[in-house]
Amino acid sequence: MKENQAIRQAKYVEAIGEALVQAMECDERVFVMGIGVDDPTGVFGSTRPAFKRFGKKRVFTIPLSENAITGVGIGAALSGLRPIMVHARNDFLLLTMDQLVNHAAKWSYMAGGRMKVPFTIRAIIGRGWGQGPQHSQSLQALFVHTPGLKVVMPATPYDAKGLLLASIGDDCPVIFIEHRRLYDTVGPVPEETYTVPLGKGAVRREGRDVTVVASSLMVLEALQASQLLQSDGIAAEVIDLRTLSPLDDELVFDSVRKTGRLVVADTGWETCGVAAEVSARVASNVFGSLKAPIRRVCLPNSPTPTCPSLEKEFYPGAEDIAAAVRTVVGRGKEPMRPRASARTQESWDKGFTGPF
Amino acid sequence: MMLLIRRTEEKIGELYPEQEMKCAVHLSIGEEASAVGVCAALRGDDVIYSTHRCHAHYLAKGGNLKRMVAELYGKAAGCCRGKGGSMHLADPEVGMMGSSAIVAGSIPLAVGSALAFSMKGNDRVAVALFGDGGAEQGSFTECLSFASLKSLPVIFVCENNLYATHTHISARQSKDNIHQRGEPYGVPGTQIDGNDVLAVYEAAFQAVERCRLGKGPSLLECRTYRWRGHVGPDYDYDLGYRSKQELEEWMRRCPILTYERSLVSAGICSQSDLDLIREEVDEEVARAVTFAKSSPEPEMDELLQDVY
Ligand SMILES: Cc1ncc(C[n+]2csc(CCOP(=O)(O)OP(=O)(O)O)c2C)c(N)n1
Repeated sequence: MKENQAIRQAKYVEAIGEALVQAMECDERVFVMGIGVDDPTGVFGSTRPAFKRFGKKRVFTIPLSENAITGVGIGAALSGLRPIMVHARNDFLLLTMDQLVNHAAKWSYMAGGRMKVPFTIRAIIGRGWGQGPQHSQSLQALFVHTPGLKVVMPATPYDAKGLLLASIGDDCPVIFIEHRRLYDTVGPVPEETYTVPLGKGAVRREGRDVTVVASSLMVLEALQASQLLQSDGIAAEVIDLRTLSPLDDELVFDSVRKTGRLVVADTGWETCGVAAEVSARVASNVFGSLKAPIRRVCLPNSPTPTCPSLEKEFYPGAEDIAAAVRTVVGRGKEPMRPRASARTQESWDKGFTGPF
Repeated sequence: MMLLIRRTEEKIGELYPEQEMKCAVHLSIGEEASAVGVCAALRGDDVIYSTHRCHAHYLAKGGNLKRMVAELYGKAAGCCRGKGGSMHLADPEVGMMGSSAIVAGSIPLAVGSALAFSMKGNDRVAVALFGDGGAEQGSFTECLSFASLKSLPVIFVCENNLYATHTHISARQSKDNIHQRGEPYGVPGTQIDGNDVLAVYEAAFQAVERCRLGKGPSLLECRTYRWRGHVGPDYDYDLGYRSKQELEEWMRRCPILTYERSLVSAGICSQSDLDLIREEVDEEVARAVTFAKSSPEPEMDELLQDVY
């Protein structure tokens, strides 16, 4: 990805807001629905521009009936519209699993491909400030597990816009998962419309010693880790998956062929998670290139504690990735989870205050 | 009790900007009468289930103020050892069975407790507390149907404060008639002035009696209003989704002031009695805050405790 120096800088949330407006401008079949999309805060500001521009007819709130309205969205998609549904937390997708897994994911297949479900579902991962066990979940693995759903997790403002436009343009149901802690991050975002293709990852940093595969917020942590590792003389290659389903296997395989080592970082849980899938694919396909066991950096096996002390301990970050890397390159022992107090706080982690 | 809830929540609102209480607080200032009226009609061994807006429910059910405030501060002495926080208050000892941040998430759980009571053949009662938004979930309707089918001792209590986050009920429901939603299933419903603690108590008492007699579920819709924003301590009428005038009208119908006035005019207590109570309440709240602030954080090895 080569961005022009002169390109305008924008926040992740602005990139999303702009993508919605441009998608609706280009295609009158596109509309946005979700709890609070038309209220004064507009889902952390992300739907505000679209509501201001298009009004309640095409950007409207829904009752707290997520499962039913997801089905309504599928029907609308089958009947020629391109709905976008928005959830302020990805936890609420759990209420819609029936419509997503039993219906959206399979309708086209069951109809022998004669029907399409062009339905984009945006959902946000919460984190920090005592979000607690229910409001901080990172549920992408559940959707990746289901054939028929595409799963997208942008890490940068550029991707947030380009991947959202690609998702809206796609004829399949797409679960588009944003991270609340990325909302205020800034990066280059072209003003015109553009798409980032689904199913294509990106190399965020080149390196020869180890491949670190990440997505969403963990890309930032992985980049930070690669800086920490530089002083140890370890050059980590950082891959941003961008789309988890379909997964850009070849990009990962090529990198592992080069580096011979793999660490996978994910915002979700370890067991049966996205990192497990990436690890399994690498082990199955390029096992011969591996010089060391694969390591995963994921959430510990517990719900998220609400209290700040345990919450800090709960989330793995750059230091954990760096520790895992040191182990796979043979410079460290079994990685200990560094104490929260020993961890550096990234800029996106600072200045975040409640209420969420 | 209403005053204790009010002063506690006002204190939380005051302290929140210190940024030491790191969790999303949903205050129910202005809505105290429904929590207190309902819980006053219950026995200690009856149970309630609640939502993200659960402080009042916890305290009204006999919860421990110190442990609640400690929970908000994420301390080990909290009623959930700091792991739940403001939105997940629970304390089985007093029949507070827990609070879900997923709207309507705990309604079926209350029905489940009622099922257990009925299968065990005791006369305990379960209460599901939820907002007008909660009534929009399919599970609410499904629960009405099931609870009626099995004649379960459960009371559905909707605290209708007219808004879900920033959206008025008229933008979410075609008819503002939640109390009638049980009718097709044979569940009797009543609409009550949710700011009138005695009216709520009276209606809840009757619903409890019905349950104890094995006559099945009831639905109560308490009409009320939250003074502060959906989340956090601020008044949020400046956002533009509701007017200051509307807020002020409801503030004039303050459940506490109205009740105090009626006590004074009935000669039950004097203004100076009330002032004394207020002082005592404020001292109790202050003690709880001091306790919470000075108590220790959970040990790091608690992180993985209670997972299995
Ligand atoms: C299933 C689900 N959808 C959406 C939300 C986001 N949300 C949290 S509170 C709330 C409003 C709830 O309104 P209501 O049930 O009337 O309760 P109130 O906040 O007014 O007490 C919403 C939409 C949620 N927590 N759960």
